[in-house]
Amino acid sequence: MLRLEKRPQPSQVWTYLTPLLAVVITMIMGVALFAALGKDPVAAITTIFWEPLFGEFAFYYRPQLLIKGAPLVLIAIGLSLGFRAGIWNIGAEGQYIIGALTGAGVGLAFYPMESWVIFPLMVLAGAFGGWIWAMIPAVLKLRFGTNEILVSLMLVYVAEKLLAAMALGLMKNPEGMGFPGSRNLRQYESAHNAELITGSGMHWGVVAAMIAVIFAYILLNRHILGYHIRLTGQAPRAARFAGVRPARLVLFCLGTSGALAGLAGMFEVAGPAGQVSIDFNVGYGFTAIIVAFLGRLHPVGILLAGLLMALTYIGGELAQSNLGLPAAAIQLFQGMLLFFLLAVDVLTNYRIRLSRPEVA
Amino acid sequence: MEFGSINPVLLLASLMVAATPILLAALGELVVERAGVLNLGVEGMMIIGAICGFAVAVNTGSPVLGFVAAAAGGALLSLLFAILTQFALANQVASGLALTLFGLGLSALLGQGYVGIKPPPIGKLDIPLLGDIPLLGPVLFSHDLMVYFGLTLVVAIWAMLKYSRAGLVLRAVGENHDAAHALGYKVVRIRVLAILFGGACAGLGGAYISLIRVPQWTEGMTAGAGWIALALVVFASWKAGRVLLGAWIFGGVTVLQLNLQAAGIAIPVEYLSMSPYLITILVLVIMSADRSRAPASLGRIFHASQ
Repeated sequence: MLRLEKRPQPSQVWTYLTPLLAVVITMIMGVALFAALGKDPVAAITTIFWEPLFGEFAFYYRPQLLIKGAPLVLIAIGLSLGFRAGIWNIGAEGQYIIGALTGAGVGLAFYPMESWVIFPLMVLAGAFGGWIWAMIPAVLKLRFGTNEILVSLMLVYVAEKLLAAMALGLMKNPEGMGFPGSRNLRQYESAHNAELITGSGMHWGVVAAMIAVIFAYILLNRHILGYHIRLTGQAPRAARFAGVRPARLVLFCLGTSGALAGLAGMFEVAGPAGQVSIDFNVGYGFTAIIVAFLGRLHPVGILLAGLLMALTYIGGELAQSNLGLPAAAIQLFQGMLLFFLLAVDVLTNYRIRLSRPEVA
Repeated sequence: MEFGSINPVLLLASLMVAATPILLAALGELVVERAGVLNLGVEGMMIIGAICGFAVAVNTGSPVLGFVAAAAGGALLSLLFAILTQFALANQVASGLALTLFGLGLSALLGQGYVGIKPPPIGKLDIPLLGDIPLLGPVLFSHDLMVYFGLTLVVAIWAMLKYSRAGLVLRAVGENHDAAHALGYKVVRIRVLAILFGGACAGLGGAYISLIRVPQWTEGMTAGAGWIALALVVFASWKAGRVLLGAWIFGGVTVLQLNLQAAGIAIPVEYLSMSPYLITILVLVIMSADRSRAPASLGRIFHASQ
């Protein structure tokens, strides 16, 4: 009979192995899923994981990896801080939308003036928008004890409605012949989040994501605040005795993740997306939750996980057009990954022992 | 704008219909949480119930079979959550989120061939004499069976938790799983059963949306109803009767804002449709001051070795 035995210390080896194991199991299940859908599973897997990187049109898809990966990493880094401390911000999608709205709003307000200050102002506005949106669940939690999970999630729906209202109303392009959506920021030089090196996919969002990874690493490993975050997650009672102020952590974790999600939204709307439109958000805020867990809430892990998830997005689109694989299959694939990850995680904290049923 | 165009009797009657999906899902989650498990996957289980129920009802032509399939689908999905949290001892918050993400993806995949189809109609229960009472008749006695099923479930769960032995054991497991284990109750088995029940209820709630409330299939059609159901359990302080009250309030807000949209009020549609979510937050703020009623073991991992 199988029995679980708690390890005195989480296993170091399994900490690194479980994400890989989860990816492998997901791929195996993915093969079964694609076969069940009547697609050639080998072709599907190579289309998703090989073609974008080394295929014939890799020169087009490789930059996409950075474009899709940057918002995922940026958001996931913020989320991971809170997740480590048991503070669950799952409304990053909403903060991402609000960041895009405030960022684009500042840009559009200056149109058609050209000045170098506009883009930095948009960056600040984007971060501020996400931060303020995340402060709502934070303040309500501290003041009234509401659950931050539910409030931050409800605010995603509110943000989506606000996005629709803006795209159809206040921010609608006056020269857009009545079509919904704002002016295209890509055609407004001072507000355009352009590629820093043409054809590389490298834009300011990618730079911000790299900076976030480095800062998160330093924070968690070299700073007392990072230590407090980790301590609160592992032993809340001990943390309280050690003088950690939970309220400060809630404000910091939710605020940081909100600001980073807002930044991600702002970089997206000013660059790859170009305009505020009804269907602007594509679920990065939710996929980032998977990225954060897949990266084991570790900054470097998140960087790798973000790139892998970006790859499934790109490969998924490719498989959609080449093999007719439904878009939902990739969503399911990503969900499955989180499932298996959580399942195999048991190996980190527990040993599986074979034992005969004991006689009472 | 004409407020006169809003008929209060029809409003109350449609309130009962609008409240049913979140009522069913919240009742299931109530039982799960009283057993000490926090399943955040309600949204995922609802949407799976919505598509399973819809697909089976369309293919067999029987809405009843559709509801049965929805309950089975929801329970099956919740089984994944049960395996993760009860056997693999995974974090319940993360597992619930995984369930929702997975359910949304799976439902979109399953539902591909069902967009734009109309489901078989479900008969309304027109009780001959009671249905003719002015005012009360249309509000209370002219609905489909599921509305009454929901109301019955409220009473059944209330009585089960309050008076039955099974209810007592369930609550004991939720309040202190170590003590319940020491008394010889099978903590894991009870929790798995509660999770399956919660999944079945959420599935029924989802199917009610796709088969009766809307009725058709669109991707992501539950639109946060599962999360509102979760908030409803907090609002109800983990009491079955107050879940009903809460569901009616949310149903009322939803129906009222739809009516205001139809009446052509000067506020844009997008702002009006925010209202159910904003009301949910408001209610959470008001109700969360008193956390003492939450089951003491809620969300904690149980492992018999400790």
